Amino acid sequence: MSKYVGWDEVNDGTLLFSFEGEFDKAVETKQEDRPYSQWNSYEAYTGDWRVLKPVYNRDICIDCQNCWIFCPDTAIVSKDKKMIGIDYDHCKGCGVCVEVCPTNPKSLLMFSEFEKNEEALAKWPEKKKKSKD
Amino acid sequence: MAEKLELQEVEVWDGNMAFSQAMRQAQIDVVAAYPITPSTPTVQNYSKFLADGYVDGEFVMVESEHAAMSGCVGAAAAGGRVATASSSQGIALMVEVLYQASGMRLPIVLAMVNRALASPLNVNGDHSDMYLIRDAGWINLCSFNPQEAYDLMLCAFKIGEDMRVRLPVVVHQDGFICSHTAQNVRPLSDDEAYEFIGEYKTKDDMLDFSRAVTYGAQTEEDWHFEHKAKQHKALMDSRAVIDEVFAEFRKKTGRKYNRVEKYLMDDAEVAIVALGTTVESAVIAAETMRKEGIKAGVVAPRVIRPFPFDDIRDALGDVKAIACLDRSAPGGAMGMLFNEVSAAIYSTRKYIPTINYIYGLGGRDMTQEHLKGIFKELKECADAGKVVGKIQRFSGLRGPALEFFEQK
Repeated sequence: MSKYVGWDEVNDGTLLFSFEGEFDKAVETKQEDRPYSQWNSYEAYTGDWRVLKPVYNRDICIDCQNCWIFCPDTAIVSKDKKMIGIDYDHCKGCGVCVEVCPTNPKSLLMFSEFEKNEEALAKWPEKKKKSKD
Repeated sequence: MAEKLELQEVEVWDGNMAFSQAMRQAQIDVVAAYPITPSTPTVQNYSKFLADGYVDGEFVMVESEHAAMSGCVGAAAAGGRVATASSSQGIALMVEVLYQASGMRLPIVLAMVNRALASPLNVNGDHSDMYLIRDAGWINLCSFNPQEAYDLMLCAFKIGEDMRVRLPVVVHQDGFICSHTAQNVRPLSDDEAYEFIGEYKTKDDMLDFSRAVTYGAQTEEDWHFEHKAKQHKALMDSRAVIDEVFAEFRKKTGRKYNRVEKYLMDDAEVAIVALGTTVESAVIAAETMRKEGIKAGVVAPRVIRPFPFDDIRDALGDVKAIACLDRSAPGGAMGMLFNEVSAAIYSTRKYIPTINYIYGLGGRDMTQEHLKGIFKELKECADAGKVVGKIQRFSGLRGPALEFFEQK
């Protein structure tokens, strides 16, 4: 990752450029193909801020992309409008994705950071019945 | 396109009008401001120029000085020529963002009219606000009259925006004594002034979408030190560019500016070091003293940041006694000018008796009698070869003498 250069080599004004050189095709280029610079957080791990983590259940998800739209940290990985999972390197555990998930039961639920995903999936709640009162 | 204003060869402008005319001629893209006494007319005149079609830019009325400088930071990062004006309490509220501006290397220009800081509340001129922000990483230019306020405001844009500098610049003038006192000012024509400053050139602007950039990053102990060191280097190195811009300005106008100004210093035995309008008063007092047989002179740092450590010791190296006049409550120490001038002299082989006067707080007048008295006390020190009396004294203060420390 970042090379610890001396004062004479750092950028003026602590400016952090996202890409190496000029690059204005970010929108039409897939994330893994973009020429990210060392200053972009793409390769940085910030997941240790998290206390609770979202766990994703593929069996229930309807690929509505709500979580992908609302995630404040682009930590929802989705390709060609098909939900793939959580980017735990960047997810801060805010829980917004769980809040906006419209399925019943939800396709995303918060669990302890220390719980294994398989165990979390094993105890997934049943579909809630609508009460008539 | 902005309308041009036809100016007389000699205009009668107070310091605020001098500031706002120079700002108008600079054709600033964004001014975000929150007017405050005594710099209110700078903002008011400027906004009138804009409303009347003489400025082709944006004027943003904000809700505080903190917001004013924040707006300036955003506009400068986006890639525009940016300026604002403020004083005193406004500057105090702005301080946090002043450090942001210099850290992000944004060449914002701040038109500053110096005024005392509360409490007790006071609207008159002293240098408390100037001293408050002197370490904020900005280039600090000091003017002593409306002509200089106008000239230095033009130079400020050119210095700060130079690709070798890219730092914010503040231009100081004394509240009321300079800002509200109309004097003769010889302006450049609009075309000449704009040609001198030049078209704004962007550097790493956020609106350049081909180079996506983050401004205002966080750095901890692993990076912060290197970034602050590079910023300091840029400020120190700006000395050469300031000299260049002053030289170019002289070529255009005949008016000569130096990082350290010297008045009657060729054969001076005793010298006053001062800032602001007091410099001109001290020169008059020095002329009087010379008629009375005391070889008096005056030295004034035109640029207090980057501090002219080398030039100030050269300017004062041959005198026998120095008085540093600080127009700011020293807050439990010697005044800034005393400390910094003494440190510069200390780096030579010479010992020169140096005294510190605190004066003029809250706009208290510095009279010719006071200044002549200081020169006479300096003469005593020069003859004795040491500080006679206390090192820190208060001039123009009622009550028993307030003074501290003696030479050992």
